[in-house]
Amino acid sequence: MALPVAPKPVLRRFHQARWDEKIIFELSTPGERGILVQQSEPAATEALALREDRLAPLRRTAAPVLPELAQMRVVRHYLRLSQENLGADFNIDIGQGTCTMKYSPKINETLIGTPKLMDLHPLQDEASIQGVLEIFWRMEQLLAEISGMARVSLQTQGGSAAIWANIAMIRAYHESNGDGQVRDEVITTIFSHPSNAACAKAAGYKVITLMPDADGYPDIDALRAAVSPRTAALMITNPEDTGIYNAKIREFVDIVHEAGGLAAYDQANANGILGITRASDAGFDLCHFNLHKTFSTPHASGGPGAGASCVSEKLVPFLPGPTIDKVAEKFVINRDHPQSVGVVAPFYGVAPNVVRAYAWIMALGADGLRQAAETAVLNNNYLLAKVLEIPGASAPYAEGKRRIEQVRYSWQELFEDTGVSSEEIGIRMSDFGMHYWTSHHPYLVPQPFTLEPTESYSKAEIDEYVAVLAHVAGEARSNPEIVRTAPHNQTVHHIHHDDLDDPARWAISWRAYQRKYPSN
Amino acid sequence: MSNQVTHPYIPNSVPAVREQMLAAVGAADIEEFYADIPASLRVQGSLNLPAPFLAEAELERHVSSLLNKNTSTRETLSFLGAGTYNHYVPAVVDEVISRSEFLTAYAGEPYEDHGRFQALFEYQSMMAELLNMDVVNVPTYDGMQAAATALAMAGRITGRRGIVLVSDANPDALSKVSDYVRSFMDLSIVPSINGTADLQAAALAIGADTAALWIQTPSFHGALEDQGEQLARLAHDAGALVVVGTDPIAYGALAPPADWGADIVCGDIQSLGIHQWFGGGRGGFIAVHDDPTFVLEMPSRLFGLESTDVEGEYGFGDVAWDRTSFALREEGKEWVGTAAALWGIAAGVYLASMGPTGMAELGETLLARTAYAAQKLAGVDGVQLCDSALHLREFAIDFSNAALSSTEAVAALRVRGIEPGVVLPGNCLLVCVTEQITAADIDTLAATLTAVLKEN
Repeated sequence: MALPVAPKPVLRRFHQARWDEKIIFELSTPGERGILVQQSEPAATEALALREDRLAPLRRTAAPVLPELAQMRVVRHYLRLSQENLGADFNIDIGQGTCTMKYSPKINETLIGTPKLMDLHPLQDEASIQGVLEIFWRMEQLLAEISGMARVSLQTQGGSAAIWANIAMIRAYHESNGDGQVRDEVITTIFSHPSNAACAKAAGYKVITLMPDADGYPDIDALRAAVSPRTAALMITNPEDTGIYNAKIREFVDIVHEAGGLAAYDQANANGILGITRASDAGFDLCHFNLHKTFSTPHASGGPGAGASCVSEKLVPFLPGPTIDKVAEKFVINRDHPQSVGVVAPFYGVAPNVVRAYAWIMALGADGLRQAAETAVLNNNYLLAKVLEIPGASAPYAEGKRRIEQVRYSWQELFEDTGVSSEEIGIRMSDFGMHYWTSHHPYLVPQPFTLEPTESYSKAEIDEYVAVLAHVAGEARSNPEIVRTAPHNQTVHHIHHDDLDDPARWAISWRAYQRKYPSN
Repeated sequence: MSNQVTHPYIPNSVPAVREQMLAAVGAADIEEFYADIPASLRVQGSLNLPAPFLAEAELERHVSSLLNKNTSTRETLSFLGAGTYNHYVPAVVDEVISRSEFLTAYAGEPYEDHGRFQALFEYQSMMAELLNMDVVNVPTYDGMQAAATALAMAGRITGRRGIVLVSDANPDALSKVSDYVRSFMDLSIVPSINGTADLQAAALAIGADTAALWIQTPSFHGALEDQGEQLARLAHDAGALVVVGTDPIAYGALAPPADWGADIVCGDIQSLGIHQWFGGGRGGFIAVHDDPTFVLEMPSRLFGLESTDVEGEYGFGDVAWDRTSFALREEGKEWVGTAAALWGIAAGVYLASMGPTGMAELGETLLARTAYAAQKLAGVDGVQLCDSALHLREFAIDFSNAALSSTEAVAALRVRGIEPGVVLPGNCLLVCVTEQITAADIDTLAATLTAVLKEN
């Protein structure tokens, strides 16, 4: 072979790292140390000796069987595992629809990596934490403007926790009006995140779930039939995970208000409507944002994220405490909220993520936020057109309508033609270094997949993702076996599932595995 | 377009590319995509936000200038605890969790995200060893949520409503738990005696409707409960479960609660390699024995080891997925969402680095320095210990007979570069000693406190 060598083939010949790494316990060598720790001074040891009568019965007799590894071996093990993980920085991450996988700017990592944030204690002298309090306070103002709501709590660590905070406020609000006992139902929609239904149930509510009408919109007649004096709240997403914007959202809110209920807006899908429309415009009483989705903080392998609960004036007294207020040019922590639902999470929130999200908004401003939203929507509709060119793919509901920032697609036609399922397509996609997500149950859309391109991916990258998707769909017709037996280029091969649902056979820790499957 | 800037975070803000893409979908302009949003719901004009810092250098200067107004616990002598602890974070931990393969990943399948499944399975496994229990969840948000869920689990398992708390709990955790479980359960509190549980009062409080006996050890005041076995017997004899809230930091030296009868153990993992983060670096664990009655009540994800098509290859997957709200919505167990996975990976790296010897030595250091600090501060004129229990990391002192109130003493010591602790009701102060605080630091606190009390 000799030059020329360019260009590369259209599809990347990807292979994920495969270190065939052992479980860390198998790497243990007795006596090795990963780090040495501070030893107590003789005076301290003597002080403890005086308490030995009380301490002796509490002492551990057999040491915990933790692994023993020298430091570089710990590093090598975990960096091998990291290589076997496909972060958003590495792939065209439009396949994890509903997750808003956007770029987490590197400058934000630099900004948070200071002792003046990492090594702050939440109960320090207020005079020594004015900077971080100011960022929290400013962040609240930014989100109040973006949502149109009166006040914001940044206390929760994720979207579902923010939903919980919202339902806790709804419960407290109705109780304060004396009809907490009567209002015992919460209405949601099937295409709203499952945590809306699940948090309502955990707070003691009966859950009513609205199904979509023939066009994919939440059924407004079903809502009219569902509301009653028992209605505590409507908890709804818009656009839902279908990417269809419900134009009647104001009517939905009005119907619930007329029945005396509150309306809570799950804004997990806000990325396409930043600066376009606001929760307050549709009359909502509460909403929440996921800072790890819309506002760019890294998803951290599944958290910590950060949630923001935003409320209208009448819900302000019920906000989780404490709040961070500005009094006479000083930032203060205010715990004096007698009607508050109390503490829903420790202290003030996930500080690193609040700072990252603040930096992201301040890098964009009002015009930039709108540009991000508009580009996310342009990318999504461009992607939609390209996906629909693939034989066997469809976008159920609202035919011919534009979508907002994501689409729930279906491979039903491909499945009928080939017997290859969406789940199998997804695993094959990983062979090309792509994520792919079928997303939440129940599978109302048959053979579903949900793509959300956000504003972060270039046209060329979207084209590459679609090229891989088309290739895999083509394989389902021409060589279904290669799809069914996927993955081929991954860290591990096809994983079995039977043991995971059987209490006698599952292994949730290495010690349980060793007990259940003793080696010969 | 609303803006002509080609923003580095938005590749397709290049005007020519946008035109190309619009043409490809047959749209005249972006507005067409928003046709479904009624005019009455549209934002008129622009949001009223501050002008952005478009140049990265300007952004860096702005945010840094705000953060630089803070004084960190590295710049003072900090005895602050009460839920967030200044433990040493090994450099290895930060190296691993700042790898963007972990930092920027989310919810991929166990094929392309094999690494995070294995790292979290190993976290579960190392916690299981430390706690001497077989099952630990992928972290939930924090110890408060873990306690709320552990108690709710006890309610579902026993079919009973009663929770009997016999320890001094963190007031914030109590606030969280009370509101979380109140639709299904009733909480009663048996006041502690001299720092630990009042056994006789506990016996009277536990009855036929008790779902859970709730023990916190160390308590909010750092007291170690040493009547665990008796308490567990009381609960079990009444058909109730024993739920123990704890901090795993000293279980290299101390017997874990499962050894004296705990059924569900829960707490925070912040101590295990997570910075203080202004109180925002928290993850929660829930541990149970390998009994499906308990495991199937857990709301969090549980990663399990599995076989693959290749011999000797480790695969992973979600254990008993059909108990979660992801699978069953409101019919699942409570709810689950994005919580604290990266902190779980951090805690795993921490435990792997520390090993059994490191955890045993750290436990001894914490116990010894706590005992020393209590001894020294009890020797300050006018200051008394609030109880005589054995303490881990925290203890409360009483200023009733001192020249200053605890609030005044804090103000006087802050001027001298010391954060002496967290003021408690009743003119007390909660003092926290981690391994970062040396005997010499404790001497400094005692001497400075003596001096400020004498001056007044």
